[in-house]
Amino acid sequence: MAQPSAQPAPPDESSLVARAKAGEAEAFATLVNRYERRIFRLARNITQNVEDAEDVLQDAFLKAYEHIGGFQEQSRFYTWLVRITVNEALMKLRKRKTGKVFSLDETVDTGEETVTREIAVWDTPEQRYSQEELRTILQQSIESLAPLFRTVFILRDVDELSTEETAQVLGISIPAVKSRLLRARLQLREKLTRYFRRKTDDVFAYL
Amino acid sequence: MSLLTCNQFLNELSEYLDDEARGAVRDELEQHVSECPNCWVIVDTTKKTIAIYKGMEAEPIPDALRGRLMDALSRRTGRTPDA
Repeated sequence: MAQPSAQPAPPDESSLVARAKAGEAEAFATLVNRYERRIFRLARNITQNVEDAEDVLQDAFLKAYEHIGGFQEQSRFYTWLVRITVNEALMKLRKRKTGKVFSLDETVDTGEETVTREIAVWDTPEQRYSQEELRTILQQSIESLAPLFRTVFILRDVDELSTEETAQVLGISIPAVKSRLLRARLQLREKLTRYFRRKTDDVFAYL
Repeated sequence: MSLLTCNQFLNELSEYLDDEARGAVRDELEQHVSECPNCWVIVDTTKKTIAIYKGMEAEPIPDALRGRLMDALSRRTGRTPDA
């Protein structure tokens, strides 16, 4: 018997998808509420423009609603939604940069030295910076990465998609995901070290 | 002594951090990181980089945007908005 005091469990994703497929608008709205923040963050990170990201979010959810009947459920709903969002965002970029084709599959120059110029242990960032300052540092650092690296990092390390899912939604190979993720991680590490490095006078405190 | 150069180690850094390296490869990476202070710092700070971003919550979307989206969805579904 159910505990009288227990909170009702949030509806699971597959039942929401089934109800949305059956035309239940509330079920789809619940899916929207569940993922709108992450979809907006992803769209902003690809387009680097709030207005474009707003359009992308709206177009992606409308497209998902229209096509949910054809969603085969071979991947998670979120992964399917990310794929639609990435496509919409890339289309937006192509329209904006007239004459210049933008692709997430551009060849990456792998000959470049791995970035490890800044080698220093860190302080605890939360002790040195306020929540707000920290958020700004993280946001500015990630925005300064090339779009190819930024998108892979967001999908793999922030949204926690697998390597295979990331390759699938971006339409690139698994080795390409891996090499971009490595470069993105090292570049971010480098940028954050400039803010978080331990002050030299207490370097021995680490030992 | 570690047979890996630092660059070779860094090329395998993601496998090491994501715990995907196995067997002899894993042992070599472990050995390098235990002997090389620079790579140890890079491992430590890269782990912290990933952890700090993983914990970053996505910010709420603007209310006006949600309103527009819900209106657009309502038009598609033929329902009138709830409010």
